[in-house]
Amino acid sequence: MSAAFDQKIHETVTDPRLQLAIYTATGRLIEKRRGAVDDAVLPDYQELRTQANAVKQHTIENLDFYLEQLEENVTAHGGKVVWCQDGAEVADFILKLAKERQAHLIVKSKSMTTEEIDLNERVEKHGLESVETDLGEYILQLAHERPYHIVAPALHKTRYDVADIFERTLGVEREEVIEKQTKIARSVLRQKFLAADIGISGANFLVADSGAIVLVENEGNARLSTTAPKIHIAVAGIEKLIPRAQDLAVFLKLLGRSATGQPLTVYTSMLSGPRREGEIDGPDEFYLVLLDNGRTKVLADEEKRQALYCIRCGACLNHCPVYRKIGGHSFPWVYSGPIGAIITPQFMGTLHEPGLPFASSLCGACAEVCPVKIDIPQILLDLRADIKEAETKQGTNRWERLAFRMWSWVMRRPKLYEMASMMAASLAPSNDGYIRNLPGPMNVGPVAGWLSQRDLPVPAARSFRQQWRRRRR
Amino acid sequence: MSREAILQRVRTALGRTGGAPPPPPAVRIRIPEVAVDDRIASLRAKVEALAGKTLLAGSPAEAREYVANVIAARTAVASNAPVLAEWGIAALPGVSTGFYDREELRVACAAADFGITAADYALADTGTLVMFSSQEEARLISLLPPVHLALVPRERILTGLDELLTLHPQPMDRSCSMVLITGPSRTADIEQILVRGVHGPGEIHVVVV
Repeated sequence: MSAAFDQKIHETVTDPRLQLAIYTATGRLIEKRRGAVDDAVLPDYQELRTQANAVKQHTIENLDFYLEQLEENVTAHGGKVVWCQDGAEVADFILKLAKERQAHLIVKSKSMTTEEIDLNERVEKHGLESVETDLGEYILQLAHERPYHIVAPALHKTRYDVADIFERTLGVEREEVIEKQTKIARSVLRQKFLAADIGISGANFLVADSGAIVLVENEGNARLSTTAPKIHIAVAGIEKLIPRAQDLAVFLKLLGRSATGQPLTVYTSMLSGPRREGEIDGPDEFYLVLLDNGRTKVLADEEKRQALYCIRCGACLNHCPVYRKIGGHSFPWVYSGPIGAIITPQFMGTLHEPGLPFASSLCGACAEVCPVKIDIPQILLDLRADIKEAETKQGTNRWERLAFRMWSWVMRRPKLYEMASMMAASLAPSNDGYIRNLPGPMNVGPVAGWLSQRDLPVPAARSFRQQWRRRRR
Repeated sequence: MSREAILQRVRTALGRTGGAPPPPPAVRIRIPEVAVDDRIASLRAKVEALAGKTLLAGSPAEAREYVANVIAARTAVASNAPVLAEWGIAALPGVSTGFYDREELRVACAAADFGITAADYALADTGTLVMFSSQEEARLISLLPPVHLALVPRERILTGLDELLTLHPQPMDRSCSMVLITGPSRTADIEQILVRGVHGPGEIHVVVV
């Protein structure tokens, strides 16, 4: 575990205000989801999950075919597909287009994919103004922070934090009522929508047979971003594909319910290409940016590629006991929670944050609530193995290997093992039934760290082996 | 080029050489049998549960009267949907209609108190309006004004999403924009507390005719 990871975790778990904010918000999301997938309201929930998993598996395993089909259909509807290998290529495309069209102002609807490539920073460096329009994202843009949660980006901010941020950055009078804060954002952003030259959105789904993107939202900012400006650019990871529009009957039912407990979110937009002949509004130009940025690396691993089935509902974050303690900003990349723990090492490299896949109790809550049935705990285990292998190759885990070799040597010698465990039991001081530290020189480094954070019960007075022998007599 | 590089990496990763894949899993569509009256009841209950208002109008005249009362001569923009003209709604006091120019429409919508549209369908099980954009139905009318009034003929009420996607297996053949609207615009981005009317309308009226 890196010192930075450790430090951020420590800061979060020792901040009572933050702990309460995370716990309350995720708790509400858990309740909302539970009510929406309950047997009484959605008896075929498990069937829908199974179907979603099968469709995603099929799509990912034949991704090249569906990408080409998508491109063909987008083009047929008058849109343009732009293939980008990384964030720099996306920024280059947008900057070039903005220059050609003399565009200055961009309105953005919420998109984790654009967060992943720091799109705002990249284009603002070159003099463009890029405004986040989702309320949570807008608050974070003003505060210069990255999203705390995939679905509820400003989950860690209270109304008082928002009052501070608005007062400081917008020069408005201090306002602590949430409804009024929302009105402030509405009026500032309304002007931006009406003046914007370019609207940038993400895509919740890419529909191959329709050449379409699907956007799911509650506020209306995605609709405005894709309707008001003359140019619409959608930026999506190549894994967002589903084969057919009819598959939406499954995925839309799962996404809203898993994310916020809504059978359907307020707005679901299915969009393909620029406005057509005779239409009064809508964009004149439509571009779909298909982003790799490491996804093809993930694809190469037959077991772990199921991480690409993710539809970004955030349910695994809300239900994760680790996320609920350490929060979103402790995670080393924009994707947090269990899904972040399995995609970060695959996108950013195995040793990007070696502590990450280990920061899990493997309780399995994430897999249980995942609407597309990603086996997150299994992938975490695979990633742990990858990390140990990489560390061995680098020679950075010699002491750990030596310790485990000794352990294994002792384990294979029953007499010795028994003696060692008796010794350990008698040596370990305890006054509350738990071992808190080892005597003097043994209480060092990882041993001390491990014991200080865990409740290790004192071994029973008579070991299992001793009891067994006694019974057999 | 990046296109070839990405596609090549995808094929290599998957061990595919191109060509058509095996058929995808069969589509999963389930359409329940629900009588029209029950669909109307369900639609109204769902819209009202989301704090929307509904009316079951026995005649176009009743619908017109309702709309007239709601807008009460304040300003409204009505879409070019033929039924709105036919039912006399587009001609109500305070209502402007017949916009075919984008800039004019945008200015009118940004200033209007109400946006009046028809809906292509409504979905009974979720309380959803389905709107395909076209020359008759601009997108901003249901989006910029703070209140949205939508009129749906009763025979256009479908059981749900599955039935919609059966009637329109390729929605983009009909329009480049299909929007499903389920209740008023809302957010819970601050403390997971619900607030209505963020960027879209904070109030929605669904009139079944």
